[in-house]
Amino acid sequence: MTNILIIARKEIQEGLRNRWVLATTLLLAALALTLSFLGSAPTGNVGVNRLDVVIVSLSSLTIFLVPLIALLLSHDAVVGEAERGTMLLLLSYPIGRSEVLFGKFFGHLAILAFSTLCGYGAAAAALMATGAQIGAASWMAFASMIGYSVLLGAVFLAIGYLTSTLASERSTAGGIAIGVWLFFVLIYDMALLGGLVAAQGHAVPAGLLDLLLVANPTDAYRLINLGSGNAGALSGMGGISEQSRLSVPVLTAALIAWTVLPLGWASFVFSRREV
Amino acid sequence: MTATVEITGLSKRYGKVEAVRDVAFSLNAGETIALVGHNGAGKTTLIKLMLGLIRPSSGGVRVLGEDPARGDFAVRQRLGYLPESVSFHMALTGRETLAFYARLKRVDVSSANGLFERVGLAPEAADRPVRTYSKGMRQRLGLAQALLGEPRILLLDEPTSGLDPALRRNFYDLVSDLRARGATVLLSSHALTELEGRTNRVIIVNRGVKIADGTLDELRHIARLPTRISVQLAGDGADPAWVNGAARWKRREGVLEADVLPEEKIALLHQVTANPSGLASLTVVEPTLDDLYAHFLSGQDTK
Repeated sequence: MTNILIIARKEIQEGLRNRWVLATTLLLAALALTLSFLGSAPTGNVGVNRLDVVIVSLSSLTIFLVPLIALLLSHDAVVGEAERGTMLLLLSYPIGRSEVLFGKFFGHLAILAFSTLCGYGAAAAALMATGAQIGAASWMAFASMIGYSVLLGAVFLAIGYLTSTLASERSTAGGIAIGVWLFFVLIYDMALLGGLVAAQGHAVPAGLLDLLLVANPTDAYRLINLGSGNAGALSGMGGISEQSRLSVPVLTAALIAWTVLPLGWASFVFSRREV
Repeated sequence: MTATVEITGLSKRYGKVEAVRDVAFSLNAGETIALVGHNGAGKTTLIKLMLGLIRPSSGGVRVLGEDPARGDFAVRQRLGYLPESVSFHMALTGRETLAFYARLKRVDVSSANGLFERVGLAPEAADRPVRTYSKGMRQRLGLAQALLGEPRILLLDEPTSGLDPALRRNFYDLVSDLRARGATVLLSSHALTELEGRTNRVIIVNRGVKIADGTLDELRHIARLPTRISVQLAGDGADPAWVNGAARWKRREGVLEADVLPEEKIALLHQVTANPSGLASLTVVEPTLDDLYAHFLSGQDTK
């Protein structure tokens, strides 16, 4: 356990030093602020709670950006160190390979959590500063949105480590990471939509649709954050989530499985990798 | 002497390539051993096997009585390793880097700071990012991390490459200091020459096979390389009697040269110097370590 903390600490230290933390926090904060003020323009100040609008905007932002940041951080973690030669020295120390991997994971997760919390927190703080009235339920939804954004980040960190342990070169790992991002964030939903259109109104079995939604972590995330409450009404995801039998705990479990399984696989592959 | 590293019948294959073939030796406490071979001879593979970073295809490695690839890595706490062309995380400073490795080895971080002085890295350099370091400074930082926690076994892969002569001397002083404290120091190198007087044992590997193992004197003895004696005669009188003796003299630009075997050397020198006034100069050239190394390598090729 101590070894995991030592590695995590070093990753955070390095992230602070090479400005990763600063860059991602500023990026998320800038986009979150832009979206929350632009997003509130069409709705004006009547009717809906303004924080709910922000939640919808930021959830969409998360789906695009957080997986990308997570993959950028993680795709290099193993193959990059192996290529630069630092991995050889590290592994000669009294530390297990799984400890190296988990330490890096927690370090990167801490960086991601910090950036998300500060970046999105800035949007909420700005909203408060304008004197908007925000209910307790909206605050809860906002906090849970941040929590799930970090969890989505964890999923893509784990996938990134898997590509990093499987690839034999950095450039390959980078290529695979971009492919993973394109697939889950863009292509998958388009294909799903195309499939539904092709079905020409024939009812798709609910079980199949559920499976397809859980099979993509970004869809599971979307369903959790946009599927219920005011956000559901605003985003139009409420319709889907009424059809689906997937509850929030099931979707959460799916996201956790999406983290644990790739990370476990990466750890297994890494333990057999020749250095 | 107590053996700290024992290797028996060790082989390692990468696919079809046999990087190490049936190697056996043991290293003792208080010994400095040079592992010599060409690039790609299997030196780094042997070191990685001793560290437990890779598993042998067959045969066994025992380091301090344990299998280094197994268990809780307790044995690695007593090991120091300097990889060939060592590299570090560029963004961290030297001090942060050493503190990180000290924590992993459970060594007191404040005691690690004393190592900067020991390897000759200035305090102001220790607080600069590793990115700004020269090759020599990086090598010194690498040595500092290898020395963390008073290791009983030091495995140094090409430690002096990139060091200037003054640093090199400094480095060998450190090594003899460690040897005096009873550590086993294994140095790998692709040249024998600079190791003269620094090591008490040499292991030569070529294409994954151990071809020689012993002290430099022993190796010289086994190789029986000839000594070259050059003589310039004084005056232009007749040749002394020894010119037509057992040794085969060759005349080149007025200088007589002969290659003689070690056991004939003293007797011949006695004859030659019997009449000092007949000689203008006398040079005795012992075989160099490079000659010795070349001898062992060519000996293997003809097998």
